[in-house]
Amino acid sequence: MAAVDDLQFEEFGDAATSPAANPGATTIHIEGPSESPTHQPGLPRGSGGEEDDELLGNDDSDKTELLAGQKKSSPFWTFEYYQTFFDVDTYQVFDRIKGSLLPIPGKNFVRLYIRSNPDLYGPFWICATLVFAIAISGNLSNFLIHLGEKTYHYVPEFRKVSIAATIIYAYAWLVPLALWGFLMWRNSKVMNIVSYSFLEIVCVYGYSLFIYIPTAVLWVIPQKAVRWILVMIALGISGSVLAMTFWPAVREDNRRIALATIVTIVLLHTLLSVGCLFSFLFFGVWFFRPWHLLQESRMTKPAGKLMGWHHPLASKRGHTEV
Amino acid sequence: MAKAAESSGDPGTTTPRPLFAGLSDISISQDIPVEGEITIPMRSQIQEFDSSTLNESVQNTIMRDLKAVGKKFMHVLYPRKSNTLLRDWDLWGPLILCVTLALMLQRSSVDSEKDGGPQFAEVFVIVWFGAVTITLNSKLLGGNISFFQSLCVLGYCILPLTVAMLVCRLVLLAEPGPVNFMVRLFVVIVMFAWSIVASTAFLADSQPPNRKALAIYPVFLFYFVISWMILTFTPQ
Repeated sequence: MAAVDDLQFEEFGDAATSPAANPGATTIHIEGPSESPTHQPGLPRGSGGEEDDELLGNDDSDKTELLAGQKKSSPFWTFEYYQTFFDVDTYQVFDRIKGSLLPIPGKNFVRLYIRSNPDLYGPFWICATLVFAIAISGNLSNFLIHLGEKTYHYVPEFRKVSIAATIIYAYAWLVPLALWGFLMWRNSKVMNIVSYSFLEIVCVYGYSLFIYIPTAVLWVIPQKAVRWILVMIALGISGSVLAMTFWPAVREDNRRIALATIVTIVLLHTLLSVGCLFSFLFFGVWFFRPWHLLQESRMTKPAGKLMGWHHPLASKRGHTEV
Repeated sequence: MAKAAESSGDPGTTTPRPLFAGLSDISISQDIPVEGEITIPMRSQIQEFDSSTLNESVQNTIMRDLKAVGKKFMHVLYPRKSNTLLRDWDLWGPLILCVTLALMLQRSSVDSEKDGGPQFAEVFVIVWFGAVTITLNSKLLGGNISFFQSLCVLGYCILPLTVAMLVCRLVLLAEPGPVNFMVRLFVVIVMFAWSIVASTAFLADSQPPNRKALAIYPVFLFYFVISWMILTFTPQ
């Protein structure tokens, strides 16, 4: 233990003597999963402040690298290798979800919550829940819109579920891949303080999608303005989580490239949220146009039958008109 | 009997002692108790599944399997914490239930091609791939349940939802209306809760204690999607 204390003291000494203009020592974040400290005791030497928070984060990861030694060395064809990506407890998953819902300026999601223990549970199941939430609430809102029509035939659209699933999973995996590749490329040119592993980026993206689940449920409300306001709110929260996570990774870079990266991240996220809204509407869009046609051809709405699940007039459904 | 350590010669002796020489002088005496058992574990009751079942009549074979399936159905309908589903797992019950559910859920006429309801194959795939995904998830989280045991439990716990499907089909023969819908909604909700309780009773013990919620949530999602498919089923 004495050796570790000495190392800690030495690192703090280095940080203290480094020039104040450079807020962070050049600590190299070793990539790949490593042992996670479950509860970090508050290091007494760390004073408050965001810089120190990041330093503490780096210190923690370095310290645990030294203390843990080789932990995850299973070859990738064994089951244990994949078990290391699911090494989270319930409270950790809840903490991460809470962290994605409350973006606090300066608190880095990766440093604070993931702490070099990225998991795949959150991204996978949040995406799955999101797909089904969009599908089910899209179906539901379509049903509620056409409530009371005699000729409306309700169908659950299962084909579209697979399309929505493809889009969401592609976003949650391909965009982190591209971003990780881009950050690696920039890191080879500019030495950054912070660099994230691929799994950590996937983790951030996965957890940032959580806000869309309650949003999708609330999209059932048929007002257009309400839907767009909900999109804005969700985009604001998750976009700021992403921006605050990736800003420390690119701020050492050329100013313009850093800004361009952040803008691209936010832009892609905007595309996704608008895409979610449209796929939500997609779950009933085939019925919007023929509904207007039906509306013209009918004089009165039937009274007294709240749910008109009668036999459909198939010829009027007009799929081919779309 | 412990001999006096004759090997402890003077330090001044010049003969080098071989390695571990003193070990031969040590022997275990009666007053040092040896802990533990060195018994061969008894083999559990294995039924004689050899040539004796080849000679029995077909009816015996089928009835034995049907009785096993029926017994497990009873365990699902009245869930207590028991090991029957886990110990003697079989996949007949899940297959019967899945085929029944898929047959009832598929769209009934061929010319309603544009209808968005699920085909037989879609329901089948959803049920089986959903069960496989949940099993993989619980194993990755560190649960000590075998793959097929988990599939067995998840498949058998579809039984309440299959019953709900039957009830819904019967209710749909009556006059459509809000009462119709409310009855179906109530039945599906009750059966959904029953499925969750049954599967939790069987699966929860095999998960690590601080990850139970993480392992149960996908089960909830799975049965929720199936319940949604049942609730939104409309006959042609």
